[in-house]
Amino acid sequence: MPAIEAKNLRKTYGALEAVRGIDFSVHRGECFGFLGPNGAGKTTTMRMIYRATPIGEGSLTILGLDVGVGTNDRAIKRRLGVVPQEYNLDERLSVRENLTVFGRFYGLRGGPAQTRIDRLLRFAALTDRSDTPVQHLSGGLKRRVQIARGLLGDPDILVLDEPTTGLDPAVRNALWQQLVELKRRDTTLVLTTHYMDEAEKLCDRLVIMDRGGIVAHGSPAELIAQHVTSHVVELHIESEAELESVRQRHASAVSRTARLAERLLLYTDRGEDIIQRVVHESPHVVATLRRSNLEDVFLEITGHGLEEAA
Amino acid sequence: MKLPGDVDLRMAWAIFMRNATEYGNTWRINLLPNFFEPILYLVGMGLGLGYYLADGMEGQDYLAYIAPGLCAASAMNGASFETTYNMFVKMTFARLYDAYLSTPAQVQDIAFGELLWAVARALIYGVAFLIVIAAMTAAGYSLLSSPWALTMPLALALIGATFALIGEFFTSLIRQIDLYSYYYTLWLTPLFLFSGIFFPVSRFPYGETIAWFTPLYHAVRLCRGLCHGPLDSSHLVSAVWLSAVCAVLLYIVPIRLRSRFWQ
Repeated sequence: MPAIEAKNLRKTYGALEAVRGIDFSVHRGECFGFLGPNGAGKTTTMRMIYRATPIGEGSLTILGLDVGVGTNDRAIKRRLGVVPQEYNLDERLSVRENLTVFGRFYGLRGGPAQTRIDRLLRFAALTDRSDTPVQHLSGGLKRRVQIARGLLGDPDILVLDEPTTGLDPAVRNALWQQLVELKRRDTTLVLTTHYMDEAEKLCDRLVIMDRGGIVAHGSPAELIAQHVTSHVVELHIESEAELESVRQRHASAVSRTARLAERLLLYTDRGEDIIQRVVHESPHVVATLRRSNLEDVFLEITGHGLEEAA
Repeated sequence: MKLPGDVDLRMAWAIFMRNATEYGNTWRINLLPNFFEPILYLVGMGLGLGYYLADGMEGQDYLAYIAPGLCAASAMNGASFETTYNMFVKMTFARLYDAYLSTPAQVQDIAFGELLWAVARALIYGVAFLIVIAAMTAAGYSLLSSPWALTMPLALALIGATFALIGEFFTSLIRQIDLYSYYYTLWLTPLFLFSGIFFPVSRFPYGETIAWFTPLYHAVRLCRGLCHGPLDSSHLVSAVWLSAVCAVLLYIVPIRLRSRFWQ
């Protein structure tokens, strides 16, 4: 039985089709990602999963429980942990008070509750902040409190909506470590992100969403192998005219070219050859050779960048 | 444990305890004003204005006449604040209800948990008032003259529940916090002035008839009966009236709130 299974799942808000008939299946114990730009329908999909909003059409089954049966919602939510995109902690209470209050929703009280909270505080590296009011914490620390809160019920599935958006790189890395640790303990992770490095690093499998639909699915390596060349030569060229002329000069030698703002991307499986050619012919251009990543896949499939609005 | 309407009492209790935790951090600051309010009203209106009313009101000393109604009004105020401004902030700005709803708690548990807490606040306000009245009685003012006064906390809880639910209902309807000024100015203030706390509402044409359809009138009548007696069927009618309003709103409020969150 998959952890989550969606068939032709749809959701409209008035005239807006937020999710347009998607199918996906999350296996137990894996980290499953939804990658896509803002407005792709990721958050709406998450909200349907963690029962914050009714599904439109289609079917959604979570841990074998059909969400179409409204009376299943409590049972589903009992087995989910949720880390929403916005900070919705109890700002006036301390970290420990937040966890104590929310533990009661999962039947945690008294001594056993505090034992569990101590363990979660250690896991989230918050032990020395436990008595600090949440309103005095930084964004990264608040996110860690939210993750600890999401784990109070010892969930089978932890849902994280854009867990690292707005956090600085060091904090993101620390959070990733914690998520990897959770995965090792067989917690199923479902996360959305618009950072391709995050998806690549954490996700066993993922779907790419754009404009309410799923446009590709697979493991990061499969997606890259299927949709793009192994390497990309990336050129930074400020002048529009020069960028065009460089593009024309090399277009026939590479599989494909693409543009992202002032970057020119040359897709090729012969990266070493191409970059040497470029450096030789245009010595003043800043050129880097890198492996293809999910952003290239996204660009290839949708024709626009991940950070750009759909 | 489940109540009718699929209310899970453990979830409601968790929400109650969240509010109690916050109050627990600040109660030393918050409790004291609850005692000043009755003292100010009783001294200002009762001893001040009352001095010029040598015949009292309705055959009673003016101070004794207004004390039970003011006690009812303080329960009204305590409950109202919790389910208007406080609830709105938790629901919208703090997004706390979204957090509750991503646990096994459902909307009806939130409505019931906030109700329980608002009743607790009404009791804190109302009982503080009652203590002041009792102290003044002990000092010779005779503000309590019936043994039924011992049951006043029950009446205050009922009054608190009524106004908590009316507040929740209003909160479920509005999208802007500014609209509470209408709730306070055009609803609670008129109730405070025209529910028989300070003078009999029969002073105005149809006053009694109109007042009968408003909640604070029944709250005041009930409290006055319990504090001074004698009790008759009218007090029972008032208790039933308040209970009926609670029952109707207990049914409507979760539906209204659900339509707000579940879309």
